[in-house]
Amino acid sequence: MNTKQTLVVIGNGMVGQHFLAKLVETAAKDQFHIVTFCEEPRAAYDRVHLSEYFTGKTAEDLSLVESGFFEQHGIEIHLGDRAASIDRQQKQVTSAKGVVIGYDKLVLATGSYPFVPPVPGHDRAQCLVYRTIEDLEAIKAAAEKSKIGTVVGGGLLGLEAAKALTDLGLETHVVEFAPRLMAVQLDDGGGAMLRQKIQALGVKVHLNKNTSLIDDGAHCLHKMNFADGEVLETDLILFSAGIRPRDDIARASGLEVGPRGGIVIDNQCKTSDPDIYAIGECALWNGQIFGLVAPGYSMARTVAADLTGTEASFTGADMSTKLKLMGVDVASIGDAHARTQGALVYTYQNGSSEIYKRLVVSQNKKQLLGAVLVGDASGYGTLLQYCLNGIELPENPDSLILPQRHDESVGLGPDALPASAQICSCHDVSKGQVCGAIEAGCTTMGQLKAETKAATGCGGCAALLKSVLDCELIKLGVEVSTDICEHFPHTRQDLYNLIMVEQIKTFDELLDKHGRGLGCEVCKQAVGSILASYWNDYILEKPHIGLQDTNDTYLANMQKDGTYSVVPRVTGGEITPDGLIALGQVAKKYGLYTKITGGQRVDLFGARVEQLPLIWQELIEAGFESGHAYGKSLRTVKSCVGSTWCRFGVDDSVGLAIELENRYKGLRAPHKIKFAVSGCTRECAEAQGKDIGVIATENGWNLYVCGNGGMKPRHADLFATNLDKATLIKYIDRVLIFYVRTAARLQRTSVWMENMEGGLDYLKAVILEDRLGLAAELEQQMQHVIDTYQCEWKTTLQDAQKLKRFRHFVNSDQADDNVVFVEERGQIRPANAEERKHFKLIEEAA
Amino acid sequence: MSTWIDVCHIDDLQPDSGVCALVQGRQVAIFYLPRLHAVYAIGNYDPFSEANVLSRGMVGDLAGQPMLASPMYKQHFNLQTGICFEDANVSVPAYPARIENDRVAIQMPE
Repeated sequence: MNTKQTLVVIGNGMVGQHFLAKLVETAAKDQFHIVTFCEEPRAAYDRVHLSEYFTGKTAEDLSLVESGFFEQHGIEIHLGDRAASIDRQQKQVTSAKGVVIGYDKLVLATGSYPFVPPVPGHDRAQCLVYRTIEDLEAIKAAAEKSKIGTVVGGGLLGLEAAKALTDLGLETHVVEFAPRLMAVQLDDGGGAMLRQKIQALGVKVHLNKNTSLIDDGAHCLHKMNFADGEVLETDLILFSAGIRPRDDIARASGLEVGPRGGIVIDNQCKTSDPDIYAIGECALWNGQIFGLVAPGYSMARTVAADLTGTEASFTGADMSTKLKLMGVDVASIGDAHARTQGALVYTYQNGSSEIYKRLVVSQNKKQLLGAVLVGDASGYGTLLQYCLNGIELPENPDSLILPQRHDESVGLGPDALPASAQICSCHDVSKGQVCGAIEAGCTTMGQLKAETKAATGCGGCAALLKSVLDCELIKLGVEVSTDICEHFPHTRQDLYNLIMVEQIKTFDELLDKHGRGLGCEVCKQAVGSILASYWNDYILEKPHIGLQDTNDTYLANMQKDGTYSVVPRVTGGEITPDGLIALGQVAKKYGLYTKITGGQRVDLFGARVEQLPLIWQELIEAGFESGHAYGKSLRTVKSCVGSTWCRFGVDDSVGLAIELENRYKGLRAPHKIKFAVSGCTRECAEAQGKDIGVIATENGWNLYVCGNGGMKPRHADLFATNLDKATLIKYIDRVLIFYVRTAARLQRTSVWMENMEGGLDYLKAVILEDRLGLAAELEQQMQHVIDTYQCEWKTTLQDAQKLKRFRHFVNSDQADDNVVFVEERGQIRPANAEERKHFKLIEEAA
Repeated sequence: MSTWIDVCHIDDLQPDSGVCALVQGRQVAIFYLPRLHAVYAIGNYDPFSEANVLSRGMVGDLAGQPMLASPMYKQHFNLQTGICFEDANVSVPAYPARIENDRVAIQMPE
């Protein structure tokens, strides 16, 4: 017996998918059989970050649907099939392919379409729009035949599209009808500053231009003729002149629509038919269309709640936005145009730094009504909270936008925010929820993000979230000791700075000057690593030897029975047949267990301490060197075969991998570092799961940072695109040394990034824009490490004193009788406790 | 009363680190801490990992008590008593040790 009602969702875009995701979290998923139609050939993807498709992201990367989502929740999805009509009498939907589905409840999430002005010639070849992945593919194909590209529309989306064209290597123009860029969000001053900054990036901006005709060009495919008589020749035209709600299916079925389009909804997002809802850009609430994703998500949550009988309503949305357009920070809050009666305006303009800020406040100067920020949007979080929560402004509101002097603090303390204040708008997380998570035990940004999802969307609220965290921890009386251990009242970063500033060369010197007691395995290893990163001395020098963990001491990896494994370096995973044979011969001679590692090399297990020098003597003679598998240091640079052999490869990934591995081998860091290089976007080397990932594109190398596989996978962040090799290496040098200097003890790059104040944008500012003025110093330090590289095994084998260490007993040549192997699948393995007992009995009997 | 058993020369030790000696058929881990002018001897067998590895651990102090951290799973043992800091029910043998005339000697129960 099937008592489930049927819920049909038309449209699987960002909002449609968010609705499904919210719905399956509720009891409604047992109440409804859910069917959804998706006109596009693929399920929902991230349109907000669409331009990243041109900088290396694939359609899969942009997908918003977790794999198996529809199957897992029993949702019937009709991909590539458009819902064509609604019969409200029969309560059924008919699709373009003729599928008929009856519904009890219906949700319209049909979205919008790009408005193309009806200019004669608008339908010529290479006149395109920018909304779907298919649009992007068409743009990419057209760009290959073009030199000059023009975007019609200087709004938010238009500028995103312009970025896409520059990424594709075109000379880019933006044509705007209004007298300024981003006319909806910015005032004249902000628009002018934005224009100045974007022009400086090479994009030509034409304002007050009304296109009257597009016809054949003399040098280019098209000639755009403007009403003022001017012309512009271009090969490719992208229309991005606003969106229009897709209300055709609603209109045809007799639902109420607005005079200028849009499906009319009430506070529960119900249309004029109580069994039909509309959400997202197709919906018209209070005469307003919301062209941002956050209000659409808010509507989706409202409907999911309403369907389960929970009270919820959509009562409009804040249209404030903060974004980075072509690297320029732009933000707009509330009444940016000062349209409120009696509104007062403060403006700060700094021509040399290209910063523009404007505050709009109420007549009594108590409330913030709106703001515009261009060039520096760091105050966005604070200003937004003032505006949304009606917090009373300080006596001189302009202090909020004037440059900060050292002795003043004008930021809004998190204490001033009410519990209801929204911290993260992407995931709708309130300050109350954040505080709850902190009380329940979250003490780091990483934990807080995992628990609440705050700051995991656009990341714009990360700084605010961190300040709430710090403030709450102090209030809870949680003393967050950042001391590395009881022997030093300092963090790892402090110790690094002390060593650097005072040029300290040994642990004893540091302990005498700044510590107490004898030290322990925590501070010793950390200091050993810092000394190695900074001075790059041989780690088994007498003052350093006691700072090394057993793996570093014996230059091999201790296994469960006290024997070691040996991993020679195989740069880029490339190895000759002779190399393979040599490895096999050594393994065979010493009876070692062999296994291929995940980092494209060979691990030899079961070596006793006294065998390690003998094994390495042979390996070095065969041309191998230490693989540093034992160190918190660079491990491997994995690669695919790249353009040398692969049919699809666009660049030499093996060659680059070998070069990078040879460059950074031996670099000691707070934790191990893994690299990969892929020769094309198919990404066979899995570079996006590595600390440093490099992917070849037709225009150079894309650099990804701070990814991780393992226990807590993290997708690496795209850091810079289309780099030549010299620039790529420069950036990697800087990122690595900055990580070495600033990370906590045993902190992988992924966690380092999660906890970094300012996140990816900050790291980009430091590395790409050299905001801290450190770039040259970082590169210099890396060069020192590279210049002083040594194979630690080679050095050790030349030193008879050091070799004394490699014996089990200091007073006997016997071996450890507790190490016992048995055979399994043709190789050795450590005997288990039962087997060891058995062997002992046999021995005793003999 | 036990007698002192000669084990090795002081140059066979590793300052701020350990070595393993075979004494009357038993594996003994010997640690030399120059800052304290002290030498310590405990059993080499790690009861947690069931492997003879303690001589390869790192030394230092916890709240002023000289300690050794197992290289395997990082439990700490008191170098004077052999008692595990994390679990007082677990201990390893601790042997009296001394340096005299540059020779290292320990005592063993009969």
